[in-house]
Amino acid sequence: MRTLKFLLQKEFRQIFRDPAIIRILFLMPLIQLMILPRAADYEVKNIRLSVVDHDHSDYSRQLISKVTASGYFQLDNYSNSYALGMDAVEKDKADLILEIPANFEKTLVKEDQATLFMAINAINGVKANLGGAYLRTIIQDFNQEVRMEWIQFPRFSPELKIAITSSNWYNPSMNYRLFMVPGILVVLVTMVGSFLTSLNIVKEKEIGTIEQINVTPIRKYHFILGKLIPFWVLGIVVLTLGLLLARFAYNVIPQASLLTIYVFSAVYLLAVLGLGLLLSTYTANQQQAMLLSFFIMMVFILLGGLYTSIDSMPAWAQWLTKINPVAYFVEVMRMVILKGSTLSDIKPQLAVVSAIALVLNGWAILSYKKRA
Amino acid sequence: MAQPIAIKATGLTKRFGDFTAVDGISFEVYQGEIFGFLGANGAGKTTAMRMLCGLSIPTGGTATVAGFDVYEQTEQIKRSIGYMSQKFSLYEDLTVKENIRFYAGIYGKSDAFIKEKTAFLLKELHMEAEGNKLVRSLPLGWKQKLAFSVAIFHEPGIVFLDEPTGGVDPVTRREFWNMIYQAAARGITVFVTTHYMDEAEYCNRVSIMVDGRIDALDTPRELKRSLQAASMDEVFLKLARKATRNAD
Repeated sequence: MRTLKFLLQKEFRQIFRDPAIIRILFLMPLIQLMILPRAADYEVKNIRLSVVDHDHSDYSRQLISKVTASGYFQLDNYSNSYALGMDAVEKDKADLILEIPANFEKTLVKEDQATLFMAINAINGVKANLGGAYLRTIIQDFNQEVRMEWIQFPRFSPELKIAITSSNWYNPSMNYRLFMVPGILVVLVTMVGSFLTSLNIVKEKEIGTIEQINVTPIRKYHFILGKLIPFWVLGIVVLTLGLLLARFAYNVIPQASLLTIYVFSAVYLLAVLGLGLLLSTYTANQQQAMLLSFFIMMVFILLGGLYTSIDSMPAWAQWLTKINPVAYFVEVMRMVILKGSTLSDIKPQLAVVSAIALVLNGWAILSYKKRA
Repeated sequence: MAQPIAIKATGLTKRFGDFTAVDGISFEVYQGEIFGFLGANGAGKTTAMRMLCGLSIPTGGTATVAGFDVYEQTEQIKRSIGYMSQKFSLYEDLTVKENIRFYAGIYGKSDAFIKEKTAFLLKELHMEAEGNKLVRSLPLGWKQKLAFSVAIFHEPGIVFLDEPTGGVDPVTRREFWNMIYQAAARGITVFVTTHYMDEAEYCNRVSIMVDGRIDALDTPRELKRSLQAASMDEVFLKLARKATRNAD
């Protein structure tokens, strides 16, 4: 135990003496939490609309003003030929063309029927899908209004309409920040855990001190604990900073107890620290360790359900997420913060992440050799 | 000679795949002697030393260090030896005192021992003013002297030095060897590799490794006599020229 004391003392001294680490630890949560939830969300706004109006009627103008008034679209181009509209798309000045045919108003009023044409620039798939959907909804709304205005009541409602209203549980205003903040906390804790640990150990390999350590009677588990404990503490510190920022900048207050978050994070950190440790045993220098952890973290985070829903991934990818600790942490953070889940609700996730932590650390200890 | 034996190797061998880095070397090192372990680059010196320190498992042969077996009792060996590697191995981002404290601490020394001996050591090294400076800020010669002091701080019976004076100026090298003599006078066995042949003259006995084998082992005086050489430099050149292995 005395050996461990000396190891920890040395490790903390080195960490606090390195201004870069301290800066990273404090600035990373600050920047990620202040910028990402405000900027990187799923809402699509500022869709650039090019209107090709062959009708120039009251109705066509009403429709256009309704579309632009929605806030999702900005009218960038108004012309009366499809070629001109398409030109704007090709020059990347428009995302969407709405073509209003000649006699749009006339046919609509007379025949209670009209056709609109919509062309979408689908290079950005998400923008195309959502933009199209928004526009369709707005046009339907418009259609409804027009019918109300023109068609007298007895003749109205030839077909039954089902109107759907919904309420969003756990995130009533569909606030994307509420959704993103817990996820970003996960990314933060994960980066601190895996990157810093693997880089730290590999650095000792690079400068040769690990060889010196290996000729001392230090036990393997002492050395490994001496590395794990400081970074575990740092991970918890970063998590705490992140939670405080979430509380004061976004008013994200966990619905359930903080204890649940900390218990799960404590175990989760062991898993990512184990991963960092494992990577360090397989790499010889800091560049290798950096590239390898970057690659693995990229896959883990992108497949972790933070940016895209796991349920909509193909079956094989869903299977992969079963061994992805990031996916469990994202899920648990959202459950606890948004839904107010308690320790007993997250038992299955806790069990799996504990198992992952055991496997990764066990593997790392086995592959860390004091002698070759 | 009836001197007690500190290190004994018999047919010690290390192979990496097809390559035999150390090819069945046998030798004895007596307690309290300064044993020079010479050889050209790539002759296998460092590999042999790493096996003796318990850092590398031998492929064949036997060896004992301080009476402990290099296969089975590496932990006991590690308690009995000090080691200074080719690479500088103190922590540059810790101070002189912190480095001493760390290495002494992991050898299980008490706080009182560490405190007392640190003060003594810094005085000896004329580094009292540098005790709280980061090791990074010291000149190379000082660092090497400090590294040697740290390697024997826990009072081991044997110390292994792998090219300890590489890149150090002649004055500091001389001071360094004075420290080695002092350690030997206290009964510490010194096992040292070097490329400087003037340093080889300082050793009680030297062995010269060529292509993984020990080609000569005797006192510097005897080696010069038997090979009819005027200096150790000439001895080394006569033997090392036979090498067929390329330097690494």
